[in-house]
This record gives sequence, C-alpha cells and structure tokens, in this order.
Amino acid sequence: MGADIAFWILAIVGVVAALTVVLLRDVFRAALSLILCFLTVAGIYITLSADFLAAVQILVYVGGISVLIILAIMLTREVQKGSPTGKLRIPAFIVAVLFLGVVSFALLNTPWQVSTTPPTEPTTAALAIKLFGEGGFILAIEIAAVLLLAAILGAIVIVREK
Amino acid sequence: MSVGLEHYLILSAVLFSIGLYGALAKRNAIIILMSIEIMLNAVNIAMVAFSRYIVPAMLTGQIFTVFIIVVAAAEAAVGLAIIIAIYRNRETIDATEIDLMKR
Repeated sequence: MGADIAFWILAIVGVVAALTVVLLRDVFRAALSLILCFLTVAGIYITLSADFLAAVQILVYVGGISVLIILAIMLTREVQKGSPTGKLRIPAFIVAVLFLGVVSFALLNTPWQVSTTPPTEPTTAALAIKLFGEGGFILAIEIAAVLLLAAILGAIVIVREK
Repeated sequence: MSVGLEHYLILSAVLFSIGLYGALAKRNAIIILMSIEIMLNAVNIAMVAFSRYIVPAMLTGQIFTVFIIVVAAAEAAVGLAIIIAIYRNRETIDATEIDLMKR
C-alpha cells in the first residue's frame, strides 16, 4: 500500500516536472525541473526494487548530466531569449498525442504474462554476476568503456579553442 | 486497484510523449537535448518495469538500462559540446537558424 502511494506521488510529480521542462519559457528553470524529473525517476526505480539503478540514476543524471546542461546554458547566454516553440508546435502536439494514444491502446490490450515470483533484492550483486559472470556482457562492457573514452575525447576536441 | 505493470508502462508512455513533443516543437537546442534525456528516462522506466514484472529473476531489463545510461551520458557530453561549438561559431543555438547545410 505504501509503495502504491509512493508510486502515485512520484508519477504525478515526475509528469508535472517533465511538462514544466517542455512548457516553461525560462531555460534555467526548465533545467531545474529536469533535475526534479530525474530524481522522481530514481524514486520510481526504488519502487520497482531496482536499488542499484536508483543510485546510478542519481549519480549519473542528477550529479553529472544536470551539471553539464546547466554549464551549457550558462556558456551559451541564450537565457534571455527563453525557449520559444517553433512553427511546428501544433503538428508536434498532434504527433505526441497520437503516439501516446496508440502506445496506450497497444499496451493496455496486450495480455502480459506477469510473473508472481518476488523480485531479487538487493540487485547489486546479482547485476554484477549477470554482467561479468559466465556468458555475461563482458564484450558490451568493453565497448561501453571505449565509447565513453571516445565521447570524452570527442567533446574535448569539439569545444577546444582554435 | 494496486499498482501493476500497466501503470508503469503508461507513465513511461506519458513521459516519452512529453519528451517527443519537446524535441519536435522547441527551438532552443539545449531544450531539445533535455527532451531527449526525458525520452531516454521513459524508456528506462519501461525496461525496469518489464524486468520487475515479467522476468524478475533474470534482471535483463536492468542490464539494458545500465547500458542505456552509459550511452545517454556519452550522448549528453558530445551533444552539449556540439551546441557550445555552434554557439561559438554562429552566436545562436536556435535550431531553426542552424541551417548551414540547407543553403
């Protein structure tokens, strides 16, 4: 019962924060409500008993990506102009609503085979065994490491002064 | 009615649609990038919900989510670097005015 209340609070706050990001004209406040949205997503992970992912979400998104975004907002000095919508606002709205309708219809009419086994808790050790164990995702992890290195080098090269 | 798989999937779809609208309608490039982050988070919620309710013992969705977070971090770093470079060259990050390749 407590998990249900937590889910509803987190869901409503998260959706309102995401709407604020999209609808607000002030870029800096949009970034702040994006951080709130990331925090509620971390809470949603906790209600799904994914504790490791909640910690990663707070570390990477709330701690890292938010700082990057706020830094970019400060460096570009576009705050005065705000975030106006383009000419395609109404078609974009129609596309988004249509997408939401189609996806909701599809997933409400699909007979999901919900399993009754309780979730594994805590997930950190189980995730590590899955990732690094026999038949795991070692190659994917190596590729992810190379991707991160390439992204860091690429970002430095792109923003470097000539 | 207690919260189940459908609730999480609907929440994910709503967040994805909000991000889709922002990515299509906004002109500020940073806001577009923020909308893409919202969309990635919505997909992560769907992944973790499937992992929790369909295959609770296998954790496959959570592993996919870890990789999505890695790629999203790389994407945010490179995307913001590109935006700063564009701003340095053209003094604007309005997505409708960055049309060098259309002329």
